[in-house]
Amino acid sequence: MQFMLLFSRQGKLRLQKWYVPLSDKEKKKITRELVQTVLARKPKMCSFLEWRDLKIVYKRYASLYFCCAIEDQDNELITLEIIHRYVELLDKYFGSVCELDIIFNFEKAYFILDEFLLGGEAQETSKKNVLKAIEQADLLQELNAFNVN
Amino acid sequence: MSPSVPLQEMIRAIRSARTQCEERGVIQRECAAIRAQFRQSDNGGRSHNLAKLLYVHMLGYPAHFGQMECVRMIASPRYSEKRVGYLGAMMLLDEKQDASLLITNSIKNDLSHSNQYVQSLALCTLACMGSAEMCRDLAPEIDRLLRASNSYIKKKAALCAVHIVRKVHDLGELFTPAARSLLAEKNHGVLHGAVVLITELCERNQETLERFRKTVPDLVQIMKGLVISGYSPEHDVAGISDPFLQVRILRLLRILGRNNEGASDAMNDLLAQVATNTDSTKTVGNAVLYETVLTVLHIKSESGLRVLAVNILGRFLLNNDRNIRYIAMISLQKIVGTDHNAVQRHRGTIVDCLKDQDASVKRRALDLSLALVSASNVRSMMKELLLFLSSCPPELRAQAASGIFNAAERYAPSQRWHIDTILHVLTTAGGDVRDETVPNLIQLITNASELHCYTVHKLYRALLTDISQQSLVQVACWCIGEYGDLLLRGECQETEPVQVTEDDVLDALETVLQSHMSSPATRGFALTATMKLSTRITDNVDRIRSIVSIYGSCIDVELQQRAVEYNALFRKYDHMRYATILLVHSNNVHTVSISFERFVLKMQSSVFCSGSNRQVSPLVFLPQVCDLLDLLGGSEVTLQPIPAVGGTAPGLFTNTSSTTGGDLLDLLGGLEPAPPFFCSELSYLIFSAAPTVQVYEKAGVALTLSCEKQSDSGLTVTLTASNSTDSDISSFTLQAAVPKVCLIKHAIPTHTHQQTSFLC
Repeated sequence: MQFMLLFSRQGKLRLQKWYVPLSDKEKKKITRELVQTVLARKPKMCSFLEWRDLKIVYKRYASLYFCCAIEDQDNELITLEIIHRYVELLDKYFGSVCELDIIFNFEKAYFILDEFLLGGEAQETSKKNVLKAIEQADLLQELNAFNVN
Repeated sequence: MSPSVPLQEMIRAIRSARTQCEERGVIQRECAAIRAQFRQSDNGGRSHNLAKLLYVHMLGYPAHFGQMECVRMIASPRYSEKRVGYLGAMMLLDEKQDASLLITNSIKNDLSHSNQYVQSLALCTLACMGSAEMCRDLAPEIDRLLRASNSYIKKKAALCAVHIVRKVHDLGELFTPAARSLLAEKNHGVLHGAVVLITELCERNQETLERFRKTVPDLVQIMKGLVISGYSPEHDVAGISDPFLQVRILRLLRILGRNNEGASDAMNDLLAQVATNTDSTKTVGNAVLYETVLTVLHIKSESGLRVLAVNILGRFLLNNDRNIRYIAMISLQKIVGTDHNAVQRHRGTIVDCLKDQDASVKRRALDLSLALVSASNVRSMMKELLLFLSSCPPELRAQAASGIFNAAERYAPSQRWHIDTILHVLTTAGGDVRDETVPNLIQLITNASELHCYTVHKLYRALLTDISQQSLVQVACWCIGEYGDLLLRGECQETEPVQVTEDDVLDALETVLQSHMSSPATRGFALTATMKLSTRITDNVDRIRSIVSIYGSCIDVELQQRAVEYNALFRKYDHMRYATILLVHSNNVHTVSISFERFVLKMQSSVFCSGSNRQVSPLVFLPQVCDLLDLLGGSEVTLQPIPAVGGTAPGLFTNTSSTTGGDLLDLLGGLEPAPPFFCSELSYLIFSAAPTVQVYEKAGVALTLSCEKQSDSGLTVTLTASNSTDSDISSFTLQAAVPKVCLIKHAIPTHTHQQTSFLC
């Protein structure tokens, strides 16, 4: 995976994870164009589109669009499953997740993503294990008072 | 984990801003506060501040002043600060920033941290934004972690190694041994990471690939375990056990099996099993099936397995889920070259997809349909494609039109069908066809000589219905100009003839001329056609004359020039009008702004008579010439009206009755050189000449000319002289002249001495 973007129906970015090195300017440009392209699509259309030289896989969950850019050899259908798995993780963590949860707790959305994907690839295929790891890490953070060294 | 109150307060404040300006104000204030806080050495709220900054960054505001804070936070002993620090590094720093090097040391330390969650942060960050330098520095550490750590760290180290290999290809060597041993692990996360790593290593290095081929049996075993074994709740997704791992293994098998019989054999059974047993009711099952199909088609699989794979794709085509249909078509497109017959079996379904609502699906279906057109199915396919063309989205029209033309050209069962198809396309999508279509179609029509009557009737009818499609109108005008006589004759074998009068035809052309929908090029066609008709009709020549003279003062320069020249033809060279018009048989009148008057004069100047020894000068050739060149002694030859013939036969050219040799010389002065494309026009005329023509026969001397086309720009003209008199003819010489734009090369005549009944 090259990058993942989460944005609202109004085009506001809620999360951006980049796995390729690009300048801030380039990232902004790509984001703007891609968001426009995806938002222009009608509801019943295919979840896949070809954009520049990338394959884009997107899915809408309530008011949020989850959009991934994958490479030529990657399997589009399993990417849809990856997106779905991430949504399930968020849902389990926040308890019936909605867009506001992701807005007000964006850093946690990132932490969860970083426990599920690493370097653009899935690192843990068991939902249970991901959630367990997050729990432990959160606990560690709670014990803020104590230095970890 | 308790939420960060300061962060949430700020977010609320920003969101409650009603205008962009207000929002900017809030953010500026917050950033100033954050900057101030950063400057303070140590305070409890550092992580909150950085988090706020990261939020602001996500909204699109500059946040580079936070970079150093990230570096500091990463080095902090507190986990909460490290966590946000690393997150900040991943968001604000990339390998292009100098600051990223500063965190290398922190990462190195954290990689060997006693707490696995700290190690995890370091691994994640390195895998996300590690530069080549950082990767080189830390690779040995990662290798160590690959071998001797717990599963939690191993799985992350594997993916980190993947990133390192992508950045620094040579380091693949370093990780190969560890990768091999990871396949023995039971933990799915580690296995998954291992498979991804091995895939990466094999893709980069052929030698490594050869070595890893030995792992095929192990991979097959793991896969079997996943497919057959009982329900494993931890990894189950809709009845499929760990689909993510399955897909990665299948992909690795594909790479290992490519071009290798042994490896392909070893995985054959497994692939068949997965293909048959995987539940295809949900997306996840289809994802595994899709990967299986891709693998089967790219390795050296048995034919039975290949058929199975293509059938799966066929089933996908019928799936209700549009995504699955799209995937199927992409895959079929990739194999339409190699497994053409197998794909042909699903032609019906593919053609149905042309009617899908989604534009991406339509595009795929179009590509695939065009690839599937063959000699046997061209008629039915074309029907579907033409139907598609009439309702297809505008962005696909040009592609569809050109695809249809190509297919029609390759597989047309008959000329009439071909012409009909092109006409159909022009009627439906005339605006989206390429420019060469018009001359190509004209060429096609010309060549289909038996269909001239049919074609002109069809085009005339089309013209009456609609004059908005420029390409169609242009071809129609040209056709009417060329074959108008066939139209007026009122009889046709192939289609119902129209009963038109000359006025009707001229009305149609005038409508085109006057319509605001007609482009200048189209008007040019219409005007030329009107002019050409002056030789094919008898009653309304005056009307034509008047139409032409009106355009003599037209604003469009091109049109004006034509009109003026045509006028001149009427006025000064009326007697030559026939010849000239019949001569100009151009494919694309629009680009050849050949000046008729100049053309005529050039022709005259090329003809010269030289002396009285019965020498004859050939010139640019026109067949069916009789009494061409009896210019000797100023004998006068009058023009005979030539009845309209088929388009391929240019007509007669003769001298004007009012000029003699002396006047010819006068005309030579003040002539500009003919435009360069004149030559190609001329060569066209020459090339449409009939093979051998007898051009002179008097007093026993006969001359025949034959033409042979050598190349696109070269023509050999051979003059054969025969002497059937009783006496010898001596000092027979040949002189030839051509207009300036043509080059002539003389070949040496074979005999200069003509003997009785000797042919040279």
